[in-house]
Amino acid sequence: MQTQMERSDLTENEKMEAFLARIDRGEKIEADDWMPDDYRNQLIKLISMHGISEIMGALPEKEWVPKAPTLRRKLAIMAKVQDEMGHGQLLLRVAEDLMAPLGKTREDLMDDLFTGKLKFHNVFHMEAPTWADAGVIGWLVDGAAIITQTMSLDSSYAPYARALHRICAEEKFHAQHGESIVLDLAEGTEGQRQMLQESITRWWPSLLMFFGPPENGNVTSNQAANMRYKIRTQTNEELRQAFLTKYVPRIFHLGFTLPDDTIHFDEANQKWVYQQPDWEAFKQIVKGNGPRSAHRLNLRETSYEESKWVRDAIMSFGRQAG
Amino acid sequence: MADMVRVETVEQAKQNQEYVQALADLLFQLADDDFILAYRGSEWLGLAPHIEEDVAFSSMSQDMMGHAVMFYEMLEALGLGKADDIAQLREAKDFRNAILVERKNGAGDYNDNPHYDWAYAIVRSYVYGLHKQVRLEALLQSSYVPLAQVSRKMLTEHRYHLMHWQVWLNQLANSTPDARHKLEAAISLVWEDAGELSDLGPNAEQIVRYGLIAGEELLRQKWLNETKEIFKKAGLNWPGEPGAASERGRAGEHTVDLEQAVATLSEVYRIDPAASW
Ligand SMILES: [Fe+2]
Ligand SMILES: [Fe+2]
Repeated sequence: MQTQMERSDLTENEKMEAFLARIDRGEKIEADDWMPDDYRNQLIKLISMHGISEIMGALPEKEWVPKAPTLRRKLAIMAKVQDEMGHGQLLLRVAEDLMAPLGKTREDLMDDLFTGKLKFHNVFHMEAPTWADAGVIGWLVDGAAIITQTMSLDSSYAPYARALHRICAEEKFHAQHGESIVLDLAEGTEGQRQMLQESITRWWPSLLMFFGPPENGNVTSNQAANMRYKIRTQTNEELRQAFLTKYVPRIFHLGFTLPDDTIHFDEANQKWVYQQPDWEAFKQIVKGNGPRSAHRLNLRETSYEESKWVRDAIMSFGRQAG
Repeated sequence: MADMVRVETVEQAKQNQEYVQALADLLFQLADDDFILAYRGSEWLGLAPHIEEDVAFSSMSQDMMGHAVMFYEMLEALGLGKADDIAQLREAKDFRNAILVERKNGAGDYNDNPHYDWAYAIVRSYVYGLHKQVRLEALLQSSYVPLAQVSRKMLTEHRYHLMHWQVWLNQLANSTPDARHKLEAAISLVWEDAGELSDLGPNAEQIVRYGLIAGEELLRQKWLNETKEIFKKAGLNWPGEPGAASERGRAGEHTVDLEQAVATLSEVYRIDPAASW
């Protein structure tokens, strides 16, 4: 199979056809297999954004790591944020393999992040001013991530699927960790409940945005390509609906409200009806104009630049060691 | 010596008030050292020189925090209050950690313009770690059996930490002139405080008399010998006798750095210590 595709007498078209046939048969693509440039580029875009979002996603919670309220929570949130960095590491390695034939490295990804070319998830541009936010991030943001990542567990690109299997297993612990923080607050004092309610209200629009704008029947060319390549299998709106089904009843059950009087499940259409977040604001946020975008990028960029001497030292040591 | 008994349980320990006092004094030193340095480690999250190291460093800080928790729980078992309260409701002056572990990671705040010093992180972690190794080994002979038992568990994890720091020390010492220079500057800084590590505090005499741990001089010599060996292997100059800060952490004298650390690490808990978090 593989050797046939690499035969030079095959035209680009024939190669493409053979590739799509593999996809249709449900075969998995490995890093060294022939793949169309478009497929490679879609993967690089998706996986580097996912990887860098894990790393930038560590920063809002990082704010709460040194302040976590009990010894047990201190240990748990340290482990959680460490996992997120680990996810970033795993994914960047997958992206690096894809970029290698293009002569690009992790260094380039970092530069793209700092120049704003490489975007990260909208949620990680937002403020996390209270301990309740640490809980809500774990419970709902990780919960949302589980929903999108589960969709890609069967991705046609095998290295991504393998990484996601590991990541998803850990994300489930993260969601439990977040839920546990949330439950202590929900069952706690008046002050704790208020802190939690404010956090839910604050995060709601960002959580809706997490899945991306609704297609309203117009699936973008990017999305269509990713679905054709079996990189993803569901639309933004399908994912968001799954999220609402899972979490809205739980939020109400705990006695909390959402900043949306219209939200309800429409039995006739079997769909959640809800107030759209401000999609213009969404565009601005992912562009790097969110409330904490500059602060967090600055944190990452400063630490990256100031530790250049360390990376230089490692390289120099490596060269000497041969 | 009549005092060198074996104390198998908390109940047995509690029969001698003086013994409990000496044991608690030692446990506070052990717990606070690990707790505060793990806290400093947790401030590094997301800021390490590369992603792989971020993961590794965080893992070691968690181990260290885990050790602190075990020591605080032993204090709780002795009737000194809830572990969470001990860790988070005391004032800085009630902490018994050495000054070395409370020093900030560098300029700035962990979330606001941090300009952290990786060379300092390595040297502090390693020098402290080498001392901790000597201390844990000495604790294997402790008259308080539960303490000897937890020390054995900690030693297993701790060896991996030391290997990690050794790799870093060796790399920085033998790479670029810039790294070498930064490493030497960090050694000088750490050396100003490191001498306090084997200080057993104002109640040292009782602590040793009850066989809780070996004497200060023994700990110090063993630690210095091993550190000397390691510096030599890495091709580093021996900085001589380590000094100590003008504050004596083991006697509850601390710098503003610890006040800042305690305020931060207890900020949420202090909103309502009676609440469930
Ligand atoms: Fe993650
Ligand atoms: Fe997560």
